[in-house]
Amino acid sequence: MQVPVPFDYERATSVEHAIGLLARLGPSARLVAGGHSLLPMMKLRLANFEYLIDINDLHNKLGYVKVEPTQIRIGAMTRHRELLESPELLRSFPIFHDAERVIADPLVRNRGTIGGSLCQADPSEDLCAVCTTLDASCVIRGLDGERVVRMADFYRGPYETAVGDAEMLTEVRFPLRPHGSSAYEKVGRRVGDWAVVSCGAAVWMDDGVITDARVGLAAVGPNTTGIPAISQALRGRPPSQDLYAEAGAIAADYCTPVTDQRGSAEYKRHLAAELTRRAMRRAVARVHGREL
Amino acid sequence: MTAAAGGRVTAFVDNDIRPVGRGRMLRKEDPRFIRGRGRFVDDLQLPGMLHLAILRAPIAHGRILSVDITAAEAHPKVKLVVTGVMLAERSLAWMPTLSGDVQAVLATDKVRFQGQEVAFVVAEDRYAARDALELIAVEYEQLPAVVDVRTALDRSAPVIRDDVEGKTDNHCFDWETGDKAATDAAFARADVAVSQEMVYPRVHPAPLETCGAVADYDAVDGTLTVWSTTQAPHAHRTLFAIVAGLPEHKIRVISPDIGGGFGNKVPIYPGYICAIVGSLLTGKPVKWTEDRSENLTSTAFARDYIMHGEIAATRDGKILAIRTNVLADHGAFNGVAAPTKYPAGFFGVFTGSYDIEAAHCAMTAVYTNKAPGGVAYSCSFRITEAVYLVERLVDCLAYELKMDPVELRLRNLIRPEQFPYTTKTGWVYDSGNYEPTLRAALRIADYEALRREQQDRRARGELMGIGVSFFTEAVGAGPRKDMDIMGLAMADGSELRIHPTGTAVLRVSCQTQGQGHETTFAQIVAEEIGIPPADIRVVHGDTDQTPFGLGTYGSRSTPVSGAAAALVARKVREKARLIASAMLEVSVADLVWEKGSFYVAGDPAASVTIRDIAMRAYGDLPDGIEGGLEAQVCYNPENLTNPNGAYICVVDVDPGTAVVTVRRFIAVDDCGVRINPMIVEGQVHGGLTDGVGMALMEMIAFDEDGNCLGGSLMDYLIPTALEVPDWETGFTETPSPHHPIGAKGVGESATVGSPPAVVNAVVDALRPYALRHVDMPLTPSRLWEAMSGNPRPPI
Repeated sequence: MQVPVPFDYERATSVEHAIGLLARLGPSARLVAGGHSLLPMMKLRLANFEYLIDINDLHNKLGYVKVEPTQIRIGAMTRHRELLESPELLRSFPIFHDAERVIADPLVRNRGTIGGSLCQADPSEDLCAVCTTLDASCVIRGLDGERVVRMADFYRGPYETAVGDAEMLTEVRFPLRPHGSSAYEKVGRRVGDWAVVSCGAAVWMDDGVITDARVGLAAVGPNTTGIPAISQALRGRPPSQDLYAEAGAIAADYCTPVTDQRGSAEYKRHLAAELTRRAMRRAVARVHGREL
Repeated sequence: MTAAAGGRVTAFVDNDIRPVGRGRMLRKEDPRFIRGRGRFVDDLQLPGMLHLAILRAPIAHGRILSVDITAAEAHPKVKLVVTGVMLAERSLAWMPTLSGDVQAVLATDKVRFQGQEVAFVVAEDRYAARDALELIAVEYEQLPAVVDVRTALDRSAPVIRDDVEGKTDNHCFDWETGDKAATDAAFARADVAVSQEMVYPRVHPAPLETCGAVADYDAVDGTLTVWSTTQAPHAHRTLFAIVAGLPEHKIRVISPDIGGGFGNKVPIYPGYICAIVGSLLTGKPVKWTEDRSENLTSTAFARDYIMHGEIAATRDGKILAIRTNVLADHGAFNGVAAPTKYPAGFFGVFTGSYDIEAAHCAMTAVYTNKAPGGVAYSCSFRITEAVYLVERLVDCLAYELKMDPVELRLRNLIRPEQFPYTTKTGWVYDSGNYEPTLRAALRIADYEALRREQQDRRARGELMGIGVSFFTEAVGAGPRKDMDIMGLAMADGSELRIHPTGTAVLRVSCQTQGQGHETTFAQIVAEEIGIPPADIRVVHGDTDQTPFGLGTYGSRSTPVSGAAAALVARKVREKARLIASAMLEVSVADLVWEKGSFYVAGDPAASVTIRDIAMRAYGDLPDGIEGGLEAQVCYNPENLTNPNGAYICVVDVDPGTAVVTVRRFIAVDDCGVRINPMIVEGQVHGGLTDGVGMALMEMIAFDEDGNCLGGSLMDYLIPTALEVPDWETGFTETPSPHHPIGAKGVGESATVGSPPAVVNAVVDALRPYALRHVDMPLTPSRLWEAMSGNPRPPI
């Protein structure tokens, strides 16, 4: 049996309580949401914290998908399963449904949360790629109130985010824009494995022309902050297989994969292109009301 | 009435009347497992029990300069800290392996693989034990590690086993079988010869339950009780007696419920010895349970063969000869668990299911800085490797001859009239009727239709593959004259006692790890003696409760212990006949046995049931008849049994991502007489899943420094239900001529037979890429590289 080092444990009763505890205990404390990344790391003694602050009791407050005229707000404690089953998300951002179907397994999806996924900031994390693709913003609360940061600023590198020691991610916001759709493609070695490469794509169209497009990749380097060159290349052009291939080529060129047990860098680069092509094609089809 | 099982509803057959071979009798052991009432080693709680944790080497090769345990000893909950030097003072630092080598219990001089045992802590709880490991300071001088098996014998390679006097290289052993001259001659006159190097990567059995033990030494009466995760409790008891110098009659080994073995729980691990030493030194029960990483990085691996195979044939597809050179990685210690005379296990059956003229194999085994072990993982002692070699070679030959792989196999299969068939490497296959088995699989698959579909898909640029394999297993080790482990012959005892009220207890020496022995063996006895299976309790896994035998591995339980169960039932039946003759006042010659009763020939109304006889056996009997109704046998199999089967795998490969999807898998198995068809099917399902895992994803990899890269189940992938299709199974039944009820083993058939079917299918799918071979594991990345013209061996 793998056992962690000794630690103290407290259940937060409110966001303020959790932040207060974080402020008091400092960097030796850590929030635990779903715990599916944190607890294995603690059991392997790769992560050693003196205090765990369990925020699962905040699910009733922070577990929601709220649709507003210009944005969708998702509470940080919303669980994967709730994202997977949300009809609102399926309608507005089918990328969530695509991604959540291939994130880990039902056991993890029953507990894991969007906030936990983003704060873990694993370079292979699917929801980081989804949020990057959708140009999400993160609401971070501290002792002195809230601040809102774009994904590009939220994700600071592998396992690093903009969330400070006495702060907590409370909500993720997704801008709603008309005539758009999205899709997600992932290749893993096995169901439940981290991605070898995964790719999210979102497109917005008007009159047969792409008005905007975004691509987010996971597992191909430390940077999942989106690929501006793809957006620039696609804007104002009609969708075509050639255009998807062009986007794929940019993605392959942009990413910085490394060879590991999941695959060679060359293969991952190839996948970045292939999956970008596929995700773009599917997203465009969805704009036209078609499923591939 | 119907009974639902395995998702299918089938007619209910009353197994009380016809116990063997029919119906879907549910497993007796399942209620306790389903209700969470199984009792595994780690469930055991004894008063005053302490907990043991093992400090392991962080590097693959290094000299131990110092070990400082003072801080660990000062931990308030720590009772004992032991190092290799302290064990050496008691002559316990090294122990014999099952294959004539020695293995360090705790390292004294050097560490030879990452994860090797260096010291242990015994503490009041497992948390404290684990914490105290971090207080032990070990200073190492790191040495270059021997990781690449291909260069292990280079003169420049560091010598791993300098503990062996005079050892100047990393050579482990050489082994040879077959007739080299005859084989070379056959190759010389062949129209076609195809050669192919193939790697069977190192994989791990990864049982759900990791290994562990509770040792309880009673200092007053000198008895030692060891509850451990062992597939072979009797063999372990004898070896504990040898290693620890304890009197064998005072050692009791109990193997309670076991959460999967797959060969991983055959060897004796240092952890067991540490737990015993811990109990001897503290006078308290000591529990050791390894964690997942420890299991994956330090316990018995499997395979790890680099095989250079060659096959020779005539132009019209008659196979003449097969030869192979094998380079075997045995890790840091030769811990192979195989019969002593078989250092390469039963790899000698690499001639497969084909009638050929000559065969030869030369093997070199080497030491590397990797975990010891070998053979393990449902492989019937290396038959997995052998079948993979021959079944891939046959497909390579079909590729070169531009012949359908089924047609090529049909031309070469051993014919039914040739059995018992002696192979060119000296193995005698007991029985088989291969062609109908292969044709049954072709029929279920609708092979012709699949080939047509494949053509259509190829025309559309899709990659669909159909792979076929035909395997012959050799299981049920084994005849005393040939097979033993450290002098202990591989015969099995069995004891049957019928109580006065007509219920029975069967005691067997093998040990179930999920195979359903408590059900199957009850059915065998029920068939022989006419007592319903529900009234027969099967006792196993406790050396104080069962007769001696060598345990469960290599699919040997039914071929050996199952035979013993049938024979002991027959022996009891003969005793019952004596009693019946007294009860019916006729001579034994006038008695006829029919399903649970003896009746007088010509007068069926004059009969007594086994239940009547049982009561009388403990009552008043005529002079000259010994009371009681029980017997014991020790069964020495005259040969192995040879289950066989035809497997067909259908895959789709995504041309853009190289992801393989196993779309269909057809398995037709012939394991002789099937005792419990549901259990047989379950065994096949599990083995096929194993096989898909090995073909597509499983591999214990190492980096260039010898760090194990497969230390967790996120790194070492095993398949889930989502990676496998709905299995399509069928069977043919060719009884074993020498087994008392005609049964053969089946536990490993599917693991042995399925990997080549999957690989053959994937290679077939890649026909447009002109690839003849791709090594396992066929991960998307490795397959894409092959499709890009850059196939690489995995090691």
